[in-house]
Amino acid sequence: MYKSWWKIASILLLIYTVVGGFLMKVPALPALQETIRNLYFHVCMWFAMMILFTVSVVNSIKYLRTFNLKYDIYARHYAAVGIVMGALGYATGAIWMTYTWADPNNPAFQSFSALAREPKLIGAAIALLIYFAYMVLRDSISDMDKRARISSVYNIFAYAMLFPSIWILPRVMDSLHPGREGNPALNTSDIDSSMRIVFYPAVIGWTLLGVWITTLKIRLHLLKEKQLLS
Amino acid sequence: MMQLKKIIGSLLLVMLSVAGNAQEKEVQMGDVMRDNGRIYVVVAVLLTILIGLILYVIRLDKKITRLEKDK
Repeated sequence: MYKSWWKIASILLLIYTVVGGFLMKVPALPALQETIRNLYFHVCMWFAMMILFTVSVVNSIKYLRTFNLKYDIYARHYAAVGIVMGALGYATGAIWMTYTWADPNNPAFQSFSALAREPKLIGAAIALLIYFAYMVLRDSISDMDKRARISSVYNIFAYAMLFPSIWILPRVMDSLHPGREGNPALNTSDIDSSMRIVFYPAVIGWTLLGVWITTLKIRLHLLKEKQLLS
Repeated sequence: MMQLKKIIGSLLLVMLSVAGNAQEKEVQMGDVMRDNGRIYVVVAVLLTILIGLILYVIRLDKKITRLEKDK
């Protein structure tokens, strides 16, 4: 394998996440119970998404500074895998909330429409839709330089929109989602120290897996580009 | 490629033998896989899926490396 040490690190960290995530002790909490273990999977998806989007926007800025098309290709694939991570985070969150927020004794949360009004869900949906638009915009322009320039500028806008939609709005409004008062899962008061020893390696492991898949996509894209030229 | 196939083949054989063993010991209680509400079974299933996915990504990686070398 090409430059493999961090790929091996990713594999080992993920195996540790699954084993440690299921077998280590977690604090007993009402309503959450064992589902708190989802922290090692659901929350890591969002962390990985945020990191991949950040790498993507850095590459877009690099493109605009150098006009080297390589960076535009990097930015596109980092954003694509970021979207996949975000979609997985959204799907896992949907399952998790169904069994923890929906309470048959509380009529306010009985129906899905009540849950769907969650600001965190709406914010995350907006953020993902903006990135879908990035993909559509980028892949619909056939001129290479124009495509790279327009999509790089749009990517910076999309990244900027992440902050109001997933960081600020859910904190301003009432939400059932935990972590409203600070940074979810990073706050010392809302994550038990026994969970940190699995959570941080899990974040690194999932992020590295995302980066690995992205590098594969980038290398394939560059190969295709080379074939077109020759 | 051949090496990977051999590894996967031997892994399958190991799994089969484990499954065979488990059936013989049906009456015996309290072994590792049946301990703790059988959570270890879930861990084993998830590990299998994870390792399967990782092997797939490794294979893709190798294929792309080979394509890059052909250039």
